[in-house]
Amino acid sequence: MSKFSPLRSIGCALLLSAFVATPAFADSAHTKTEHFASTGMARVGDLVISSAWTRQTPPGAKVGGAYFTITNEGDSADRLIGGEAAFAKRVEIHEMSVTDGVMRMQPVEGGLEIKPGETVELKPGGYHVMFMGLSENPKKGGNVNVTLRFEEAGETSFLIPVAGIGATSLEGHDGDHGDDHSKMDHSGHDMKKDDQ
Amino acid sequence: MKALRYALWGLVVLVAGALAYTTFMTPSQGPSTQLAEAYGAPFTATLVAEGRQRPMSRQDMLGRPHVMFFGFTHCPDVCPTTLFEASRWLAGLGADADGLDVYFITIDPERDDAEMLSDYLSAFDPRIKAVTGSQEEIATLVKGWNVYAKKVLLEDGDYTMDHTASTFLMRGDGSLQGTIAYQENSETAIAKLRRLLGT
Repeated sequence: MSKFSPLRSIGCALLLSAFVATPAFADSAHTKTEHFASTGMARVGDLVISSAWTRQTPPGAKVGGAYFTITNEGDSADRLIGGEAAFAKRVEIHEMSVTDGVMRMQPVEGGLEIKPGETVELKPGGYHVMFMGLSENPKKGGNVNVTLRFEEAGETSFLIPVAGIGATSLEGHDGDHGDDHSKMDHSGHDMKKDDQ
Repeated sequence: MKALRYALWGLVVLVAGALAYTTFMTPSQGPSTQLAEAYGAPFTATLVAEGRQRPMSRQDMLGRPHVMFFGFTHCPDVCPTTLFEASRWLAGLGADADGLDVYFITIDPERDDAEMLSDYLSAFDPRIKAVTGSQEEIATLVKGWNVYAKKVLLEDGDYTMDHTASTFLMRGDGSLQGTIAYQENSETAIAKLRRLLGT
């Protein structure tokens, strides 16, 4: 139908190269955010959030939890009432407890109070931010962008680093407490490959 | 509503009984002189192992020491960390792990079908097997092991489950040797497993 046009092929080549270059460009932008100094930390009003971390979730998992500490440096109480994350349908504040061998979990009614001058810790086995309806599974070594909403201080968005599946803290990464260099560690990516 | 309340109180009594039983069974040090009493009850279910599924019954568990953990995949903390720990136990046992079966039994069969469980378990030691089934089958298992499992409704028709977070250590004859608690340290857990295996 149409005859060969040199102009068109140049155009195609240009388009094609732009297409190829795009992922690389996006990638470098992504790396830059990951190295942002305040990963795992945020400040909103008089509230200081620190030591935030979350876990990689197993394939197909629909929920995840995030943990951090909040210090209220102000004179009045505030409440963590919820949040948002692009990879989760809902972000809620839950409380978990293990009593007499039974794990119980429930939403924190009315939000989690942080009294003036106090530090509240969200940690495994206690209060946590619950990601529900995951559309994507956080991967170890990466970061997830999460928005937290406080009743008084308002909202803040920050990056939360992702530890391994069995982690009990960010430092532990995989939940590896000692020097046991077992199969699950250090690979950083696909854990099942190392299993045997 | 009233019936539900009674049922729940019944569960509480069952759990209390299970805990009392567990407490008396646990502190066995060295060679056990306790009378091996059968624990659990007959059941049928679906076994998910190595990416495949097949029917199973209580009988299939007997003959080899086994550990049983009741959980669900919509679980942010206890279940993935316990499965991860179980992977560490198996690694820590080395070749002795070949004599042990590890079962992850879903208490949420509504959402945890064989495919879901197979996918989920791919992140852990491949020797860990999953058990699912119909609501009735799982209810029988839960009751048979005196496990606490209760649906907690959330917004949007979503729900989570409260459940027993301890791991049951079962001898090959179907008696309960003890339990491993949530967050119990790996070395203690592995020592308990060695005692179960007699290695």
